[in-house]
Amino acid sequence: MANKIVVDPITRIEGHLRIEAKVENGKIVDAWSSSTMFRGIEKILQGRDPRDAWFYTQRFCGVCTTVHSIASIRAVENALGIKVPYNAEMLRNIIMGIQNVQDHVIHFYHLHALDWVDIVSALKADPRKTAALQQSVSDWKYSSADYFKSVQDKIGAFANTGRLGPFSNGYWGHPAMKLPPEVNLMGVAHYLEALNLQKEIIKIHAILGSKNPHPQTFLVGGMAIPVDPNSQNALNAAKIAEINKYIQMADEFVKKVYVPDVLAVAPYYLDWTKYGAGHLNYLAYGEFPETQSGYPDGLWIPGGIVKDGDLKNVIDVDHNKITEYVTHSWYDYTGGDATAKHPYDGEQNANYTGPKPPYDYLNTDEKYSWVKAPRYDDAPMEVGPLARMVVGYARGHKEITGAIEYTLSELNAGAEILFSTLGRTAARALESLITVDRMPKWMDMLVNNIKTGDYETHNPEKWDPESWPTNARGYGFHEAPRGALGHWVVIENKNIKNYQAVVPTTWNASPRDANEQRGQYEQSLIGTPLADPERPLEILRTIHSFDPCLACAVHIYDGKGDLKSKVKVL
Amino acid sequence: MGIAEKMKCLGVSRRDFLKYCTAVSGTLALSPAFAPKIAEAIESDTRPPVIWLEFQDCAGDTESLLRASAPTAAQLILDHLSVDYHETIMSAAGHQAESAKENTFEKYKGKYICVVEGSIPTGADGAYCTVGGRSAVDILKEIGGNAAFVIAVGTCATFGGLPAAYPNPTGAKSVQELLPGKTVINLPGCPMNVDNLNGTIVHYLLFGAPPAMDKFLRPKFAYGKRIHDNCERRAHFDAGQYVEAWGDYGHKQGWCLYKMGCKGPETFHNCPTIRWNDGTSWPVQAGHGCAGCSEPGFWDTMTPLYKRLPNVPGFGVEATATKIGAAVVGISAVVFGAHGIISAIRNRGLVKKVESSEFEDDDK
Repeated sequence: MANKIVVDPITRIEGHLRIEAKVENGKIVDAWSSSTMFRGIEKILQGRDPRDAWFYTQRFCGVCTTVHSIASIRAVENALGIKVPYNAEMLRNIIMGIQNVQDHVIHFYHLHALDWVDIVSALKADPRKTAALQQSVSDWKYSSADYFKSVQDKIGAFANTGRLGPFSNGYWGHPAMKLPPEVNLMGVAHYLEALNLQKEIIKIHAILGSKNPHPQTFLVGGMAIPVDPNSQNALNAAKIAEINKYIQMADEFVKKVYVPDVLAVAPYYLDWTKYGAGHLNYLAYGEFPETQSGYPDGLWIPGGIVKDGDLKNVIDVDHNKITEYVTHSWYDYTGGDATAKHPYDGEQNANYTGPKPPYDYLNTDEKYSWVKAPRYDDAPMEVGPLARMVVGYARGHKEITGAIEYTLSELNAGAEILFSTLGRTAARALESLITVDRMPKWMDMLVNNIKTGDYETHNPEKWDPESWPTNARGYGFHEAPRGALGHWVVIENKNIKNYQAVVPTTWNASPRDANEQRGQYEQSLIGTPLADPERPLEILRTIHSFDPCLACAVHIYDGKGDLKSKVKVL
Repeated sequence: MGIAEKMKCLGVSRRDFLKYCTAVSGTLALSPAFAPKIAEAIESDTRPPVIWLEFQDCAGDTESLLRASAPTAAQLILDHLSVDYHETIMSAAGHQAESAKENTFEKYKGKYICVVEGSIPTGADGAYCTVGGRSAVDILKEIGGNAAFVIAVGTCATFGGLPAAYPNPTGAKSVQELLPGKTVINLPGCPMNVDNLNGTIVHYLLFGAPPAMDKFLRPKFAYGKRIHDNCERRAHFDAGQYVEAWGDYGHKQGWCLYKMGCKGPETFHNCPTIRWNDGTSWPVQAGHGCAGCSEPGFWDTMTPLYKRLPNVPGFGVEATATKIGAAVVGISAVVFGAHGIISAIRNRGLVKKVESSEFEDDDK
């Protein structure tokens, strides 16, 4: 055990994650990913009104704060056979789109950047050179030497207090930090700029959905924001103009700052195209319906599976092939730990068998995480922006292919560099780019539809539970910022009988399965060099490249063991 | 030559220069008086140290923190406070992170502010939530117990919230239940509205003590009034104009959402006045009823979401609504126990005044 290093807490993520890793000759030879927090929300959902489920599941996560609402209302709509008005589909697209972009910006600048950017080094920068660099990468408005000097002075004054607050004990001066001081200063300036930008662009959620985090606007059957161009209490032209303003703001930042930053930093860290690949399996469900027939038809971002990095073959997703193991998770299965269960047949009887806290090490030969191990056709999968970009690229999707080929030509590299820590980080920026480009189109589609006199945002047909069948079940999928998300709901006598979610971080952060296959975090750490195991910055780089969201990943539903008989397998 | 003259030599007009300066201070979220302020900060760095703990949380309150505008998150984190430990934003991880916490704990024992986000599970010997191998209960008792005072942010930390909803699978508890006798300020809401955190911190910085609180330990400046009493749609309620279906005429015209399940008549929170995201909107304004998220036990007592409250008559609602308030008190006492309330009220080192009778109509 002594040669194991432990990183707990993994900070700059959502939730509670612990990594234990074995290091030999300066490289990671094995790793274990453990989630150390559990709430039991799916159990809490049992017996409640299915129309309320989105409000509960929304609290899986306050970061990707819309995604579990969307998946939940889609699951209930699927169960009850509800078609959503076109306006509502477009409103959902706009809400989902800006969620992804805003979440990616926060991730890159506030959760990931300090793995690559050395704040202390920025104090040594020549602000004139930073200005020249900024002006060479884009025509972003904040690019003068005086501006960068003011940022440097601010950080300098802060550092001189000797109290670094959230930057205390950071990895400043670490041998794996490679950026010149001038690039670091640009990164610090953008860290601060992004902190102010994110709160502005997300006001789209407030305009359409009252507030963020946790917008309060989703309804089974549509959206709660009414549309009426001639009312001051509904979505009207003034509000549309305001939304457009924030889309424009996001567009400018992504194109002039975020993407150029990734391209400016990448050449210093090309080593990181060799680490962090893990299993080369990628899963996406697809997202953003654009046709009148509504979800799940006409999706702009395609779904599919790429296995073993083979871009020539894309497999269509078959939900029957999704199963979950609990061999190394703190749950019991009635059929024993060797079995895998489809979400519809799943059961999760929590049974903590780990060491009593406080503890130094987990017993990783046994159960060691609150996250289950989802597998597709028994194979571990990666989900997230990289999976979406890889699947889209393999399918020849126009915008995705364009963004990827542009990036590869800028970096003078082949597609194989996508399968890496850096590729994952770049994919998130590229996804932001194509999304901000697409959002005006959804606004146009919404406006054009309103122009026809269609103000519907809610389908009332099945709102009254009296109109429901005694038994119903359904599923809802969504491409969340962190990847493919699925909710399954079973309704009996107008109440939730069972609820199950298989979320992006469950896929990525999973522990080993019955076949001892590692999860994707675990596999992706193998071979990563550690310059200083006492300061394991490199582990953070790869783990952060996934944008972990652990609160989402851990949930329970108290399986009754009789689901199979009640649920029609997809 | 001053900078303005220099700029002029370079062909930059005074108007452009001023525009530039405004842009810079805006971008950095700095007031015009930024430079002298920072200079002063170096001379006498009086920023209160903060340890922000996250347990059974969704990071929604942290995200709410990032939406701050007056002061902004950057000002709050860098200029007004020294946020020495906050898992979601701090650069250090693992034992470097834990040692940052220990340093502040040792150096500022009894003086730092502890902020808690998320409920604390007491089941399975604390194994439902551990950080660095230690249980949330242990960490809270050590760090919260030795703070100057504790701010519980969001309904999970204040009242147990969603994890404590029936059947409370993990034995989740609130901060005040686990720290009897400690000064705890509750800022419920799902999430807490960062304007109320800002208000609390600024109050502390200006007046040197936490604000006055109600019997649920909520600051009165933020939770002193019923949503219903400040609601912009109140006139429609009194006039009997209700939304009857989503998207109907009344919904488009901003009529009262009471029949669609709005919990405003039972909820004490300042949403209608301060709103959210720089005052952009709030649930009722955007067409959805209030969920009652700042009330103890709301996940069980205020749901189903779309079920209308019983016995709220139309015009002349006051007396009945006050009775409902009393009913909520009863439920809450069951939810987190009379003992918790009494001991919390008894120990107000820094608190000037705790009102004993809440749910009174101050403005009547």
